[in-house]
Amino acid sequence: MHDVPIVRVEGVSKHFTVRKDKSLKERVVNFSRSQRHKEVFHALRDIDLEIMTGSTVGLIGPNGSGKSTLLKTIGGIIQPSSGTVSRRGRMAALLELGAGFHPDLTGRENVFLNASILGLSERQTRSYFDDIVEFSGIADFIDTQVKFYSSGMYVRLAFAVAVHVDPDLLLVDEVLAVGDEAFQQKCLDKIRAFQQEGRTIVLVTHTMSQITDLCTRGVVLAKGSVVFDGDPTDAVELLRGGFRTQREFEAARAAERAHAPVEAAAPVVRERVEGGAVAVVGADGRPRSSFATGDDIAVEVSVDAKQRLERWNCAMQISNPLGQLVLFTTTDRMRIGVDPLEGRARYRFSLPDAQIGPGEYTVTIALYNGEETELLRMQDAARFRVVAGDRTAGPVATPVAFDRVPA
Amino acid sequence: MATDAATARAARLAGEPWESAATHGRGLAGFAAAIADMWRYRELFGLLTRRELKARYKDSRLGFLWSLVRPLVMLLVYALVVGEFLGAARAIPDFAIYIFAGLAIYTLFSEILSAGTNSLVANAGLIKKVYLPREIFPLATVGPALFTLGIQLVILIVAALVVGTLSIGAHLGYALLAIVLMVTFGAALAVVLSAINVYLRDVAYLVEVVLVLGMWASPILYSLSMATERFEAAGLGWLSPIYTNSPVTLAVLGFQEAFWQPGFSEQYVGDLWVHLVIAILASAALAVGAQRVFSRLQGNFAQEL
Repeated sequence: MHDVPIVRVEGVSKHFTVRKDKSLKERVVNFSRSQRHKEVFHALRDIDLEIMTGSTVGLIGPNGSGKSTLLKTIGGIIQPSSGTVSRRGRMAALLELGAGFHPDLTGRENVFLNASILGLSERQTRSYFDDIVEFSGIADFIDTQVKFYSSGMYVRLAFAVAVHVDPDLLLVDEVLAVGDEAFQQKCLDKIRAFQQEGRTIVLVTHTMSQITDLCTRGVVLAKGSVVFDGDPTDAVELLRGGFRTQREFEAARAAERAHAPVEAAAPVVRERVEGGAVAVVGADGRPRSSFATGDDIAVEVSVDAKQRLERWNCAMQISNPLGQLVLFTTTDRMRIGVDPLEGRARYRFSLPDAQIGPGEYTVTIALYNGEETELLRMQDAARFRVVAGDRTAGPVATPVAFDRVPA
Repeated sequence: MATDAATARAARLAGEPWESAATHGRGLAGFAAAIADMWRYRELFGLLTRRELKARYKDSRLGFLWSLVRPLVMLLVYALVVGEFLGAARAIPDFAIYIFAGLAIYTLFSEILSAGTNSLVANAGLIKKVYLPREIFPLATVGPALFTLGIQLVILIVAALVVGTLSIGAHLGYALLAIVLMVTFGAALAVVLSAINVYLRDVAYLVEVVLVLGMWASPILYSLSMATERFEAAGLGWLSPIYTNSPVTLAVLGFQEAFWQPGFSEQYVGDLWVHLVIAILASAALAVGAQRVFSRLQGNFAQEL
């Protein structure tokens, strides 16, 4: 990272006046009451932010916290009510894929139109055109009107255009979860390549794993104010823990570190459990990343309980990259009476003869105390792949036969 | 993890000036900055025009031939009904050419204005999601309107040749001045009205009504002298110069000079080209003001659309 700022947000506030009357008639009819028909909504309150070249900043927060508004303000799409936003270099905003695609034009014409909207010259577009088409993977349909495209093809082409714009600053709003798995991987690879090339990325997402995987900095917003700015893992933890301010979060964490009873100000008292390595292992107990359908798969996790836990409950979740739940279970659900936990220990979830279909999977481990309070969560802590024939797709691998039913 | 490319990029960015996101400052400096901003997107005008034209004639067999049909039908109806049945043609020779010249230039104006007023609402999806100078949308309606005019000019020139009112000479320059005037005036109005229409959608309907009335407020279907004589008769003589010097009337006169009867307007307005040039300059000043109003209003576009 470099100490060259690329975006400067200074004292930015934004309030919307929400009016309920839109037509002239309504305005005239409601003229005397027009003040009552106004509602002021503060989307951003006095935000200061400086973003350095080469950093990847994740903006997170609950719905309505102002993160998308802040992103649009940086992008110049919304003007702040007060304060200034300055930036430099070429910017591309990926706020909605395919904004500006016209259904009656062909894919090729739309590439040129969309690239031009994003600021490329026709000559530049021509030189990138083959790359764009190749990246999108829909070369066969490039001269078809986009109204005949499937939604997947549509976003693939749109994403392909957007990432070829050669931006210094890329603004991304919830658009990384598009297309099929292979294409998603391609998108994430492209984002990583952007980071390598020192491009700056500002990202709004609800997918916390993207924040911890991709970002170098996490900014948490709540009700239009920045409540945390710093390490992305801490930012995610703060949001998950339901802390309202950075101070609250830090107080809680400092208290945890000191092993001391938490001050009255901090809302949660927690037994402390530290998570260690999570590994996916094969039948021989050795870590493996690739399995076949029907292999024995086991997930091993090390934990270190700082206090003795009489009752506890460990959960394992397997998901695919689309965030779909493939398998979830806990020791409680399995009616397994666990021994009290104290100090270091290693546990294993075994899935003998795992009938999981081909694809990529991630494993999340969580640990709860007797009151079902979450003590530990290791999101997407390990990943593995199942390679199988192409007889079926999807996470369920059950034998399928096809034959004619006798009349 | 800082690669060479990253270091080079940072070094380059360190030298680049700061620019304020989407605000262009005040007054003439702000106007100049907005123009510079639009200049970077100049290729987009062509692409948006092509998009508009392609979408307009999508999937129709005859395609743009349809844009010939409407003016031809209008020409026929006006020439027959107004000219022959109502007798306007007796006072005006070559009545068909006369009205078609007026209609062609008025269509240019009305197309810019009505499409332009709607342009921001029509492109709401883009405006909410991508930053680009928003003035582009009302201005990009000029392209398709000029295309329509081009087609009508083909008809007009062919008809004028056949009827014999077309002659080669400096008076053809009036047509060019008239087009420049209608584009400047229409675009300036479209820029302001499109912005207001975002906040008050009634503007679009109002514009449609005014455009229907506007056709009768300039000497397209009747002669200029008829209007001024009526004003005199009603004791409203002071209206005559306003009527005659309205930009639309001047442009209509310009087209009639060029394609119908060179020199006819001298008795009414004197040197028409002086009037046209003054009107163009005034419209250009109006355009500057329009852009300033637009830039004031555009701050809240993204949430109003």
